[in-house]
Amino acid sequence: MLSGIYGLLSASFFVTLDAVDVAFTEAAVGAGIATLLMLVTVTMTGRYEHSARHKPIGALAVVLVTGGLLLYGILDMPYFGSIDAPAHLHVAPRYINGSMQEIGVINIVTSVLASYRGFDTLGEVVVIFTAGVGVLALLSAVRRPEEDVEIDSVNVSMHEKYLILRVVTKILIPFILLFALYVQFHGDYGPGGGFQAGVIFAAAIILYSMLFGMSTARRVISQPIIQLLSAIGVLVYGSVGVVSLLNGGNFLDYNLLSDDPVAGQHLGILLVELGIGCTVTSVMVIIFFNFAGRTEDHMRNERKSA
Amino acid sequence: MDSVIEFSSALCLLIGSFLCLSGGVGIIRFPDFYTRMHAVGVTDTLGAGMILVGLMLLRPENLVLIKLIMVLLMTLFINPTASHALARAALHSDLLPLLHRKDKKKGAESSNPW
Repeated sequence: MLSGIYGLLSASFFVTLDAVDVAFTEAAVGAGIATLLMLVTVTMTGRYEHSARHKPIGALAVVLVTGGLLLYGILDMPYFGSIDAPAHLHVAPRYINGSMQEIGVINIVTSVLASYRGFDTLGEVVVIFTAGVGVLALLSAVRRPEEDVEIDSVNVSMHEKYLILRVVTKILIPFILLFALYVQFHGDYGPGGGFQAGVIFAAAIILYSMLFGMSTARRVISQPIIQLLSAIGVLVYGSVGVVSLLNGGNFLDYNLLSDDPVAGQHLGILLVELGIGCTVTSVMVIIFFNFAGRTEDHMRNERKSA
Repeated sequence: MDSVIEFSSALCLLIGSFLCLSGGVGIIRFPDFYTRMHAVGVTDTLGAGMILVGLMLLRPENLVLIKLIMVLLMTLFINPTASHALARAALHSDLLPLLHRKDKKKGAESSNPW
């Protein structure tokens, strides 16, 4: 829970530093999804750790030495926000001055993220995809259809208990999905973009599956399609780069996607953000379904043995 | 006319801030989980609502007004539901309210409807 509070505080000081895009993503992921996944993990593993059997003095020494060396290295860095720091002199003036003419997008964060530094963002999307693949490899369990029927009967009998939450959720989920679509396509003009939109989409799906049961959610969101969607997102991103290559330019050079370079940039950013949104949504949903599916198995085994 | 709008907006903002502050005081001073939830649920919803109404009076232009109205509607929906969910989760984990706890210690029967 402390990590959730820390995430929300980080989001607020990002807003204070005028970095609204980052604050958006941090609030959605750090204060929302990460807290949820941490709570699910604690449900599965238990609240208290076993007492340590040995005192890790060697590890403490290594950590202290490394931390001391890092602090010593920091002393040479320029002051926070000073004008002649290399971060402010190297490429940042080119991005800030050239963004409007070369790309024509109002939000400089989106233009840097998706166009100037598109290759780094491709790396980020592949990392997210790898995380989803890792969770699938480690945690996915084969489900038998009879288990789902048994869970269904429990689900129906608990309808009375969760009535208020279910009614309010049914009213709210369309608005959440609509807001996610708005954030996805509004990244050019205000805070937004693929990452935030993907997390909000996934939050709507997770809300539904938390209140209506995992079996119902699995019937609504079929697992093979979600896994396919996560791969399609990365594929779309890579394909944009390959199309630029085939048109005779560099990888991910959007100027060549259309006759007018600025229109090509717009098209490139649109497709790339779409790919990011697809992958982030599906990976978050995959991670949550696998975590929660294990919790369900765990609790069903406890109920059978009790 | 303008000064009336500005004055009422300032009044709404002040009332909203005072309500949120009193909710915070309530969290610290109330003795039990359920009373604290009640304090925060009621005062935070109305406090945030008042602050949003005050901001709406300051900016009656089209798009910002609609966005603020949407935020107000969402807050009015989501805050009480979240308080309800928290209280239900506490009851599900067998956290009894203070008076029921004292009854249980004295040995009287406490009926838990859930």
